[in-house]
Amino acid sequence: MSEAVHAESEAFHTEDMTISMGPQHPSTHGVLRFIVKTDGEVMREAIPDVGYLHRSIEKIGEKVTWHGYVPYTDRADYLAAMFTNQGFCMAAEKLGGVEVARRGEFCRVIACELNRIASHLISVGTFGQDIGAVTPFLHALRERETINNLMEEICGARLTYNYIRIGGVGYDITPETCGRITQFLDHFESIVDEYNRLLSYNKIFVERLANVATITKEDAFQYNIVGPNLRACGFKWDIRRDIPYSVYPELEFDIPVGTGEKGTLGDSYDRYIVRIREMEESCKILRQCLQMMPKGPAIAKVARKFKPPVGEVYVRVESSRGDMGFYVVSDGSEYAYRVRIRTGSFTAMSLIDKISRGLMVADLIALIASLDVDAPEIDR
Amino acid sequence: MQQLVDQLLQEGYFQGLPKDAIYAGSMILAAFVVLSFFVAPLAGITSWLERRVWARIQSRVGPNRVGPQGILQWLADGIKNLLKEDIIPAAADKWLFAFAPYVVFVGFLATFVVIPFGSQLIVADLNIGIFYLLAVTSLVVVGILMAGWASNNKWSLLGGMRSAAQIVSYEIPAGLAVLTVIFVAGTMSMQGIIKAQGWAPWDWLLFYNPFTFVAFFLYFTAALAEGNRTPFDIPEAESELVAGYVTEYSGMRFLFFFFAEWGNLYVIGAIATTLFLGGWQVPPVTDNPVLLGILQFVVFFLKAYLWVFVAMWVRGTLPRVRVDQLMSLCWKYMVPLSFICLLGTAAWMVVFPKGNRVASIGMFLIGLVILGLFFKRVNFQIRHARPELYFKPYI
Repeated sequence: MSEAVHAESEAFHTEDMTISMGPQHPSTHGVLRFIVKTDGEVMREAIPDVGYLHRSIEKIGEKVTWHGYVPYTDRADYLAAMFTNQGFCMAAEKLGGVEVARRGEFCRVIACELNRIASHLISVGTFGQDIGAVTPFLHALRERETINNLMEEICGARLTYNYIRIGGVGYDITPETCGRITQFLDHFESIVDEYNRLLSYNKIFVERLANVATITKEDAFQYNIVGPNLRACGFKWDIRRDIPYSVYPELEFDIPVGTGEKGTLGDSYDRYIVRIREMEESCKILRQCLQMMPKGPAIAKVARKFKPPVGEVYVRVESSRGDMGFYVVSDGSEYAYRVRIRTGSFTAMSLIDKISRGLMVADLIALIASLDVDAPEIDR
Repeated sequence: MQQLVDQLLQEGYFQGLPKDAIYAGSMILAAFVVLSFFVAPLAGITSWLERRVWARIQSRVGPNRVGPQGILQWLADGIKNLLKEDIIPAAADKWLFAFAPYVVFVGFLATFVVIPFGSQLIVADLNIGIFYLLAVTSLVVVGILMAGWASNNKWSLLGGMRSAAQIVSYEIPAGLAVLTVIFVAGTMSMQGIIKAQGWAPWDWLLFYNPFTFVAFFLYFTAALAEGNRTPFDIPEAESELVAGYVTEYSGMRFLFFFFAEWGNLYVIGAIATTLFLGGWQVPPVTDNPVLLGILQFVVFFLKAYLWVFVAMWVRGTLPRVRVDQLMSLCWKYMVPLSFICLLGTAAWMVVFPKGNRVASIGMFLIGLVILGLFFKRVNFQIRHARPELYFKPYI
């Protein structure tokens, strides 16, 4: 009898369903791929498969001149191109001992913080869209459009800026543009409140995110989670404050951290709300910069054939996706010997397998959206 | 309809033809006329309007190229989809795959048989009208499940399974909410239910007692879920399941699913209007039967379309719930609440066999207060919306 039952249970068995999610899935933010094993709606594992957007940006760094590499860094993270510009330029300046023009530093911070707002708007907007609310996405893109126009005024490009150069910035920010930025800030600061009313405190939205895919502080340290994702775990760490660069030490701003206000500390909702608050802080920084901007040249004199002395540096900037590091080795020639970019999205991807087990398929989407991973930044 | 054919027969038309054939022919003719001149434009224009309304909510323009203000966009889309290749995946179950859209379509179309557009304007006033309606709309889930299974695609399968679970669950609160109305009206005939109400809002079953008032909102929520509308659009959740059960469909078969979805939106509004909002009842202003018929049709149409608009509004505002949240909302909250409504109405009818006019007017006033608070809130949001509001109805 028992044998018969046993035989039957072997003949009739269930198995997990393997789904290939991506690279052409609508909500994988570019071309990510996950190999998802599910038991119905519940995920058993989700293994990220990266590499669909690899463009050898690091290798190109060894083949083009120091000045010539700056436009390539734009492509490393096209949603926040200013930070990659800045990271590489800072590395080159540190190697070559170039003193950056003070006005140039302020221009950099203004451009970077505008870019941070734009990048967070994309993050917050697509977050809404991944949860099923399409309206916030278009409202966010509407504001981003204004930022794009401002960027176009500042540097002539809307997405890949090539604005920050070794020694300063390519073009000075004119007083008219400063006026327009102030105008935008006046408009935007209350828009954040509108997003909160439309999305952040929406009951369904909170229910979808609170207590979902919690990252503990220990996990965050082990997997090297950085930026807003780390701050959402309640740990106050921001390169702008802790390893200061540029003119950030002179500026006053808060570092928003997750508080677990709607669920547990470090859940998806915290990661969302930290980004919303960072946009407000960026507005504060922008206002201060616009007031403090000194007169003078925007770019220091740098040799056209820039040849930094032999050496290696590692510089870190706080990108909108967290701690972005540039490890650059110079052998004293016109070309860098090695360029290595360390990005926040790549390390965030490694955590997905651990925390996605036991979540629903819909939660995986929320998790990817909340980590704000960006395919070009993962693969480079 | 039948009276008209009888009259024509008595006057000596169609001599020599069997009577049944004439009846059948007339039915097919009527179905054809209703389908091509009412249902298709209705679903099409609803799709256009939804895209326009949605675009405005999202500060876009929306389709405005084909015809005045893009009102013929649906026609262009229909022709485009007709001309597209009808792809059937090699691994699909060909017969089921090809057949599924029609099942969905029939399930949606059959509802138009019992929708009362006016006191005379109804295809068939069945004595089990509302029961028939609940039965045929269940056919939609069969089609969706067929589509999900036959596509041989894992996303489609997940979508189909989600849809089956969702629709079957939400039929229970919807059915119970409908049952409260049947209790009060004492009939299942659609015309009978409307005749149990009056033209004045306090004569509507919505305000009959507090329980029917709650039952209306339960019905509308459950109907949104049954119609796969946001916030319950999990079967085709595009950010999760690519396109759910329609992932593998293309061309006209793809369109059929959406035809049914947009048409269903109107059906939801029409049923809500019939059951709770007095249907085609108009004040006695004229004796002219034609004028009265037109007036009734307009009143019914507008009342039903109001709920179509509300559904569009909801879609533009809310995110999507998760599968388990959807189920817990249904089984933990809506089903018990609808049972309470049912029992409460039954108790109410024992206490007040002829209804309570004071309570009705009181409920009406409460309804007005709720509406007032709602519009106050909307006004607050509009005043605090920083981008310039664009009230111009056309671009």
